[in-house]
Amino acid sequence: MLTAKLISLEQVEEIIGLVAKVYGFDFSGYSRASIKRRIVRIMLMKQVTVFELKSQIINDSGFFEEFLQEITVNVTEMFRDPGFFKALREKVLPYLSTYPRIKVWNAGCSTGEELYSFAILLAEENLYDRSFLYGTDINPLVLETAKRGIYDLKKMKQNSENYIASGSIRSLANYYVAHYDAVSINSSLKKNTLFSMHNLVTDGVFNEFQIISCRNVLIYFTVELQERVLNLFYESLCPLGFLCLGSKEFLRNEELARKFRVIDKIENIYQKIE
Amino acid sequence: MNKEALYIVSKIKIAEILLIGCSAGGFSIIYDLVLNFPENFPLPVLIVIHRSRKYKSLIEEQLNLNSKLKVKMAEDKEQIKKGIVYFAPPDYHLLVEEGGSLSLDYSEPVLFCRPAIDATFQSAADVYKEKVIAVLLSGANEDGAEGIAYVSELNGLTVVQDPDFAEMRTMPQAAIEKANVDLILNNLQITELMNEINQVKNLLE
Ligand SMILES: C[S@@+](CC[C@H](N)C(=O)[O-])C[C@H]1O[C@@H](n2cnc3c(N)ncnc32)[C@H](O)[C@@H]1O
Repeated sequence: MLTAKLISLEQVEEIIGLVAKVYGFDFSGYSRASIKRRIVRIMLMKQVTVFELKSQIINDSGFFEEFLQEITVNVTEMFRDPGFFKALREKVLPYLSTYPRIKVWNAGCSTGEELYSFAILLAEENLYDRSFLYGTDINPLVLETAKRGIYDLKKMKQNSENYIASGSIRSLANYYVAHYDAVSINSSLKKNTLFSMHNLVTDGVFNEFQIISCRNVLIYFTVELQERVLNLFYESLCPLGFLCLGSKEFLRNEELARKFRVIDKIENIYQKIE
Repeated sequence: MNKEALYIVSKIKIAEILLIGCSAGGFSIIYDLVLNFPENFPLPVLIVIHRSRKYKSLIEEQLNLNSKLKVKMAEDKEQIKKGIVYFAPPDYHLLVEEGGSLSLDYSEPVLFCRPAIDATFQSAADVYKEKVIAVLLSGANEDGAEGIAYVSELNGLTVVQDPDFAEMRTMPQAAIEKANVDLILNNLQITELMNEINQVKNLLE
């Protein structure tokens, strides 16, 4: 059996339409090739045909909840792209050291590893007590994990390697306690955090931030949706606030790019200047 | 079984994109192929190789300096153009979108591979259907076999390196077992096929 044969692009379109109509979730601005791969994955997991998939989406809201959890790509790591965190430490945090309040918005935070990486850097620069970190995502399940801050011990090897590669001289083990095969992030890193649902497609500005980090989310969006979301970030940044994108994401739109200064060209860090 | 020449030519005539996938043992033939492409090679080329994200690789830079075509790492949402050879970036799947643009995807590795050859071949076949030419070379795992089978299913032209000539035979062998492959070729024949693509398509222009 060929997995790619399970559903055609036309049928993917039908599913997207159905989900919008029945539940009001709008995936029309997502890259289709990626959405198709997710739907194929769900069909394999649930052992359903396209016909069954459709009828379950319509008739079974519990099934739809699972569908929603699986349609998004939630893969993440702590200190993913170590070069980015190095740049953050060297080029962004010193700038913010004089600020009385540092509000960070981690949009598309998934299971929280990125947000806790920010928390660790802020703590190491003695800025954590002045900081507040908001983690948002469209997927409620990953937010639950993020809130708990409990991760698989097996993942910590990669996380630690990333952390060391980001230029740290300490050990990541300072920031969690291990019990059996899981680790729990120190509560001191959790106290100034809040995780909540926010859909970048439909929800608007909810606060003003010194840093917005949205990494490896925009690649799943079409160019038009990317632009809309980038405008939302622009509106949500304080003057001279920082915007951090993923290593394959950048400000393509010239009009928008003019309102920012490039802080790091490789790591895609920008500062709002007008 | 190698199909008859007329059939192959008819496939080449309609082709709009060339896909190449390889893993361990395939790098040197990739070099040779890319350096051999003439300036007016008629198809855009997408190449997926398995490489570690840990070491910065300079394949694109090196090839770009010496190749007649422009060689670059694929960027998210860029439009596919002929005259350009695109490499999948390490650690991301490279996907083809409707309208002929590229997108990157960080979903789970496939058979421990990211980029996965399957992901690129499948998404390209969804968009370009029978207008795909897909070439699978040496490799030590079975990534690419599903992709080749799907290209074949949608009537694209499928080409696999003869396992006896591949440095690692697992990958081409798996594809041959999974799909009814159009052409099983040795290295020299693969180069000749590229020349033929060039001649056939440029004659049509
Ligand atoms: C690949 S993860 C990125 C995690 C982390 N930022 C990183 O770079 O490792 C993408 C996340 O974006 C979230 N996402 C997708 N669409 C979204 C939307 N419309 N609004 C908010 N979050 C979204 C997904 O649920 C997923 O958790």
